[in-house]
Amino acid sequence: MKLKAGIYWGAGCGGCDVAVLDVHELILTVAEKMDLLFWPIALDFKYDDVRGMDDGEFDIVLYNGAVRNSENEEIARLLRKKSKVMVALGACAHLGGLPGLANFHSKDDLLKRVYIESESTINEEGTIPQEYWKEAGLPLELPRFYGTVKTLDQVVDVDYYIPGCPPVPQQIVNALVAVWEGNLPPKGSVIGAGSRTLCDECSRVKEEKEITEFKRTSEVITDPEKCLLEQGLLCLGPVTREGCGSRCINTNVPCRGCYGPLEGVPDQGIRMLSALASVLEPKEEEAIDELINQIPDPLRTFHRFSVAASILRRKKI
Amino acid sequence: MKRVEIDPITRLEGHGKISIFIDDDGSVTNAFLQIPELRGFEKFVEGLPIEEIPRIMPRICGVCPAAHHMAAGKAVDAVYGADIPSVAKKLRELYYMAHYVHSHAAHFYALAAPDFVLGPDAPKASRNVLGLIEKVGLEIGGEVLKQRRISQEIQIMVGGRATHPVWNIPGGVTKALSEEDRDKIKELAIGQLEFAEFSIKLFADIVLANQGYLDLIVGDVFEQVTNYMGLVDENNKVNFYHGKVRVVDPEGNEVVKYDESEYLQHVAEHVEPYSYLKYPYLKDRGWQGFKEGMGTPLFQANPLPRLNVSDGFATPKAQEHYEKMFETVGGKPCHKLLVNHWARLIEILYAAERMVELINDGEITDPNVRIIPSTTPTEGVGIVEAPRGTLTHHYWTDENGIVTKANLIVGTTNNHASISMAIKKVAQKLIKPGGEVSDGLLNTVEMAFRLYDPCFSCATHSLPGQMPLVVEIMDLDGEILNTVSR
Repeated sequence: MKLKAGIYWGAGCGGCDVAVLDVHELILTVAEKMDLLFWPIALDFKYDDVRGMDDGEFDIVLYNGAVRNSENEEIARLLRKKSKVMVALGACAHLGGLPGLANFHSKDDLLKRVYIESESTINEEGTIPQEYWKEAGLPLELPRFYGTVKTLDQVVDVDYYIPGCPPVPQQIVNALVAVWEGNLPPKGSVIGAGSRTLCDECSRVKEEKEITEFKRTSEVITDPEKCLLEQGLLCLGPVTREGCGSRCINTNVPCRGCYGPLEGVPDQGIRMLSALASVLEPKEEEAIDELINQIPDPLRTFHRFSVAASILRRKKI
Repeated sequence: MKRVEIDPITRLEGHGKISIFIDDDGSVTNAFLQIPELRGFEKFVEGLPIEEIPRIMPRICGVCPAAHHMAAGKAVDAVYGADIPSVAKKLRELYYMAHYVHSHAAHFYALAAPDFVLGPDAPKASRNVLGLIEKVGLEIGGEVLKQRRISQEIQIMVGGRATHPVWNIPGGVTKALSEEDRDKIKELAIGQLEFAEFSIKLFADIVLANQGYLDLIVGDVFEQVTNYMGLVDENNKVNFYHGKVRVVDPEGNEVVKYDESEYLQHVAEHVEPYSYLKYPYLKDRGWQGFKEGMGTPLFQANPLPRLNVSDGFATPKAQEHYEKMFETVGGKPCHKLLVNHWARLIEILYAAERMVELINDGEITDPNVRIIPSTTPTEGVGIVEAPRGTLTHHYWTDENGIVTKANLIVGTTNNHASISMAIKKVAQKLIKPGGEVSDGLLNTVEMAFRLYDPCFSCATHSLPGQMPLVVEIMDLDGEILNTVSR
């Protein structure tokens, strides 16, 4: 008896779908074990096919992408109803991801920049895309664009999370294997990634140095062997879950936290602030301020992938 | 009046939708393509440090992240007026060639080929990559999967990551290529080249040798006469990473050749209230609606357009196939849309040949891959050819290198009007008074999208080559008169 699986994307970029494809030859094994009954970017199954399925008929659904319009939400609810196991795949579904940075702006500002102000756009009439529109008397509809980017679990109940932007392909395979072997961890678990911090996985040498200055990545050529944070580059390694294989750090680039916080940490960015507080050299408030002011845009650096899931959630407009 | 809705079709995020309106006499009045997605990158990058931009912008699209990484990388160099080390340029181009192999191969095999290899009338359950592998056999299928894997692995060796690279930085790249990895890639690149040649041969055997397909390719259903856009080098040869943007008219005459920093003088975008995606056109001609032919302000940018605007390829094997292709389809420029598939495969060959050239370049392992920019940042434009068309990134910063504004024109966006017109044309050619809206129509409409390899669709890079389609025929009150699905 083959298992039934579905894959869907909301407001994402397709990177998670490529990550599924990047299991390469293993896709043939997946196809032996599972019938993919819904994958709109790929397969010939429609919303109506899903609507016609029994509740809970899918053994597993992987939903990637955030929820940022009415269509994303509608399909998230439909899939939840039809699946035994709902997995948030990737940073956008898990934490809101990079598109969550839009929560620092109002819906009107986003629309205005793209359709009115953009230097290459000529739009004398100030046209903005409409949810309902009659073109030459013919009715046309678009999904409603939301003012706030949401994580998947802010919209539906989520069983498991596979973190990462995008997730390491093998971790997706591991999650599928756990399903077909009936070997699933407790509900709410993060699957695929480890349980320690990225620093624990990182092979760079840490000298437990205190931080005396912050530099920007464009200002310095770093030592490839030493901890980036100790070289003055803001790196979210201390507050990010391991599992990515240090792919940015091995490219001599600091972590921006796409694998999300550790178990039980409600806000990755604020956790970073507290982690930093313990390693800064200055102890006087003024000197601390001066040092912290060397970090451009700390808010969106500390919450690069997790604004929508953070206690900030969105800027008050 | 009836409305035929095709919903969902596959798009960048979520779905596109087509609405076809049919007169009482059964002929098509109009057809609309609607893109339902917006994420607002141009706004939300304001306030970010410019050096973060190359690692943020790939998240626009997980299918062509390298294209955004390269356009952003070039743009942030330009913000500082930085001339990066030549090895950095070569490494970026090397990375990009591997990306091209992955992207184009994924499109051809996962999306386009099932239609041709299994045929438009194959059972829908098997008309996908798995069905394709079954049909061509595990040996060939396995090789396809393997070579796509290798193209991803080459990107990882060169730039650290394949999806969402983080390696470009103002002044160059963050990691040099080790001699050990260079030696590995030297080996692997030969296999990539063989794979490219194999793919072209497969296309010749399966598609070109089949009279039915050939008629479809050179017939008038899939034809569109517009201007064409693409990046060319100083000899007007196709180039994906650097050069000038050349535009030719439907007869092949040069309309303009501009430097990346001049794009705003030549290209503008139009907004329609029924789609979140804009419509680029040639600025000095003004928006004239959806019309093709000489004088139109619309242009296409994609594999075939790139070949149309160029005088060939700088590598020998690709050049040979370039000549053969235009000879077969009746000269240049070619307006037959399905020829994009052929052009795409020739581009894989070029990318592989160029990969071999670059990896054998003595300088490629030079460790000095970065300079630290020392000038005051202002603004900069970066343009590359994304697999799906000319991609423009433009950033403005304050004197501290904090982004104040961003403007993008994304590859597939260039083709938005053209795709819309193609859909309308296919619908008008196929939906006839008294005729049935059949499965064949749906499949043909589907092929009209697919040839563009639209990047609002990662269907191009996922399993089967089929979109989920249902057509509902309703009257204007929304009363469903008939439903056809596959």
